[in-house]
Amino acid sequence: MDFAASFELIGSELLLTAAGLILLLVAAWGGDKAARPIAILAVAALFGAGFMLVPDLHFGADGPDTLAFGGLVKVDSFALFAKALIYLAAIACLIVAPQFFDSEAAGSERGMRAEYPVLMLFAVLGMSIMVSANDFMTLYMGLELNSLASYVLAAILRKDTRSAEAGLKYFVLGALASGILLYGMSLLYGFTGGTDFSSVRSALSGELAYGPLFGLIFVLAGLAFKIAAVPFHMWTPDVYEGAPTPVTAFFSTAPKVAAVALLTRVAFEVFGGQVVAWQQIVMFTALASIVFGALGAIGQENLKRLLAYSSINNVGFILLGLAVATVDGASAMLIYLFIYVAMSLGSFVALLMLRSESGDLYETFSDIRGLAVTQPAIAWSLLFLMFSLAGIPPLLGFYSKFVIFQATVEAGLIAFAAIAIAASVIGAFYYIKFVKVMFFDEPAGVVTGKSGTAHWVLLFLTVAIISPLGYLLTPSLTDLADKAAAALFIAV
Amino acid sequence: MEGFPILSIMMLVPLLGAIVSLFAGTASRMIALAATLVTFVLGCLLWANYEIGGAQWQFTERAEIFAGFSYALGIDGIALMLIMLSVFLMPICILASWTSVTKRVGEYMAAFLFMETLMIGTFAAQDLFLFYVFFEAGLIPMYLIIGVWGGDNRIYASYKFFLYTLLGSVLMLIAMFWMVAEAGTSDIPTLMQYDFPAGAQTWLWLAFFASFAVKVPMWPFHTWLPDAHVQAPTAGSVILAGVLLKLGGYGFVRFSLPMFPEASADFAWFVFILSMIAVVYTSLVALVQQDMKKLIAYSSVAHMAIVTVGLFAFNVQGLEGAMIVMLSHGLVSGALFLCVGVIYDRLHTREIERYGGLSINMPYYALFFLLFTMASIGLPGTSGFVGEFLSLAGIYQTSTLVALICTTGIILGAAYMLYLYRRVAFGDQKNEDAASMADISAREWVMMAPIAAVVLWMGVYPESFLAPMRADIAALDARIASAAPPSDSALVVGTPRDEIANAVECEGDHGATETGEGGDH
Repeated sequence: MDFAASFELIGSELLLTAAGLILLLVAAWGGDKAARPIAILAVAALFGAGFMLVPDLHFGADGPDTLAFGGLVKVDSFALFAKALIYLAAIACLIVAPQFFDSEAAGSERGMRAEYPVLMLFAVLGMSIMVSANDFMTLYMGLELNSLASYVLAAILRKDTRSAEAGLKYFVLGALASGILLYGMSLLYGFTGGTDFSSVRSALSGELAYGPLFGLIFVLAGLAFKIAAVPFHMWTPDVYEGAPTPVTAFFSTAPKVAAVALLTRVAFEVFGGQVVAWQQIVMFTALASIVFGALGAIGQENLKRLLAYSSINNVGFILLGLAVATVDGASAMLIYLFIYVAMSLGSFVALLMLRSESGDLYETFSDIRGLAVTQPAIAWSLLFLMFSLAGIPPLLGFYSKFVIFQATVEAGLIAFAAIAIAASVIGAFYYIKFVKVMFFDEPAGVVTGKSGTAHWVLLFLTVAIISPLGYLLTPSLTDLADKAAAALFIAV
Repeated sequence: MEGFPILSIMMLVPLLGAIVSLFAGTASRMIALAATLVTFVLGCLLWANYEIGGAQWQFTERAEIFAGFSYALGIDGIALMLIMLSVFLMPICILASWTSVTKRVGEYMAAFLFMETLMIGTFAAQDLFLFYVFFEAGLIPMYLIIGVWGGDNRIYASYKFFLYTLLGSVLMLIAMFWMVAEAGTSDIPTLMQYDFPAGAQTWLWLAFFASFAVKVPMWPFHTWLPDAHVQAPTAGSVILAGVLLKLGGYGFVRFSLPMFPEASADFAWFVFILSMIAVVYTSLVALVQQDMKKLIAYSSVAHMAIVTVGLFAFNVQGLEGAMIVMLSHGLVSGALFLCVGVIYDRLHTREIERYGGLSINMPYYALFFLLFTMASIGLPGTSGFVGEFLSLAGIYQTSTLVALICTTGIILGAAYMLYLYRRVAFGDQKNEDAASMADISAREWVMMAPIAAVVLWMGVYPESFLAPMRADIAALDARIASAAPPSDSALVVGTPRDEIANAVECEGDHGATETGEGGDH
């Protein structure tokens, strides 16, 4: 394979790299005054990178043609699906950011910093590399690029103690997770003598020895940190609550997609022959995430913390799809990810619209009492989003659970599915509490601020996707997800 | 009517009405009334065009617009009757909320209209998952109706309603996945003919039972019902009792019995025991209630127990009786909740003690109330009699014991209903304010009179309602007959004695020889 073809395959990454570096220079000389044009250009770059994915996404890409740089990178349908989702989520998070940073919500540091869009671009680039990694080195490079950018993003409000705390916590625990992951990778390298996925896989055939088994467990644990699955979820509520809300919206969508996609790829492409070794671990993690995510959310007053637990809960459902270890399960995971990203983005955009007159953000239950009377549009949108997150039909959130559980039952894990779905009822409790507070309680009447058009457009777009209209998307979504999942299972 | 998607249009009209109402404020009352009336007219057209003795599934529509399941609609006679019940009660519900709902009228009407769409969809769905979507989606509007417009303790009641019913249904979803994986289709008519392995049927039956028993509700899964009924606004109670409870019974008819006949037979006694307890226990509980709505709510549980014994009697009478009880109970308990609503709107209390002697100042009201009370007891000439008689006749053929105990429900039913009626309508006028209430208004006449007419119609000439369902019930009976549990009341042919009964023994006077023991049941 010549370099030209390799470069062609990573076109979108090249575009993002170039855009990121140029905009960094612009930021260095232009200062914070240039923040807005930089953000617009960053969005344009993401759109451009997204468009480059369309043809391959449509026709499907798999097999040896998708390998670049001698197997370091693999740009198959699976990677393309995840990348498209990541870019879309990042665009949405960039669009809602300026109004937040320009308002009182940003505390004493008014105004968006010029580095913010640049950091987002680099984070996205890191994720883009993560999802197309076909070698542990590529994987780690992408992961760290993403993580380092994310740590800074969490702490971007330097004078806000909560933001700084979130950044620090994220960094310390993220570094720990990276260490665990690296240790696992080094063990695998030591026992198999390779770092690229196919050679590790072929060296792991047959009975798994203790050494590589430890490697496997450490790698999975490190990745479980990144996707915030129980028992490695402790950082999530604090980071989500402390980070500025647009950053939280970003954390709960794009990196989650990247990390889940990465985990899936590692599970199937590296440990595909050792399903028995990791299936029980993933099953336990999935169930524990569903239960603890739901239980943890029940007592929360802070809405961002609540959504953090909700994301843990959702990761549990996504992992159900991984636990069944079939093509259908992988496809169901991707469909779930798409719908989850829409729901999560919608919820955070709605939270960003809970403003006071001066633009300060409200983020507790007591502030949204009776929102249905004072701000009916936001309240109804949140109602749809919450019922959708709870998985109540006819909203699209039901469909995401539908595909996951269908895959689980078809794989024969019926008791497992029954326990998981019964646990999902616990989760319904706090979602309907959201509705109760907004619709049944007397109005608090504090949410009076106006929100920009971009917020409304995004909110209505996400609500339209998760509304019953979204079911019309399901045939094409299923088609794309099936192609992506099939690409993952083509034997290397 | 060939090719005209009447079922989709019947669902679309209330849905559009709901969307418009949401933005229309108080004008939404008229919009909602118009939308429900149009749907009712369409329903009448549906009934008029339903060909009795024709194809089992009529007005079928199918479109593959979703991944994973199809948009398939179609009705048989059973679904037709339940759809008619829904569209008939809906305009009445809107009228019942005309003056009593004053806050957030648009949203209220939207919730009701959305509910109507879902109810029609549930009865018309021919795809397993489409059914589930409609079945489960009803939680959202009902949660809002109880929570926003309900009584003082509405939040507890709405949570209980939501979580209870959700937990019941999710297990059914898992069972549905298994069935579809096994049978390779989610088409309900096909699944109704599919023979699942007997071992799996047990589990599937239990999973479906978890959902339907909560919906029906059967003792001991009924505890959400009194709370939900008491806290819901009048129209909410009407819909809850009139239609939503029927979803459970419909589920048994459509899924549990035809899809898992062997398991249904195995569990028949389980259902009988729960139903017997329900009939006796909830009737006794109803007897001591101080709150009118709670009393009627408990009576609903008792009546629905008659439905479940009728369904699991495994014979045509039982099934027909169960269907008629469902229709009759939908009308009668709905009407009784309306009766409570009428005086609640005037005095804002449901406490029985606060009323008395209403037949003096509200004679027409007392008349309607009396009619519905009698229909609830099951007096001949009213719909209640037909249904309960058929159900009990059906169960008698399967088990005399169950019939015996369930019949006490009628006596107890008479006791608590008449006791209620005496305390409310007869006796002294204890309270000034209750004594000065005006008789029913023209609007309330319009609400009550149609129900009264249908109750009498069903009581005098039930054939109109039985005819569309007959073929479907016969088909169902044929499907489940082979699995029917043993009957203890079938006539046993005795052995004829050797000589005639009054033959005189020649030697000694030992009297007649032993009489045959066989035929004494």
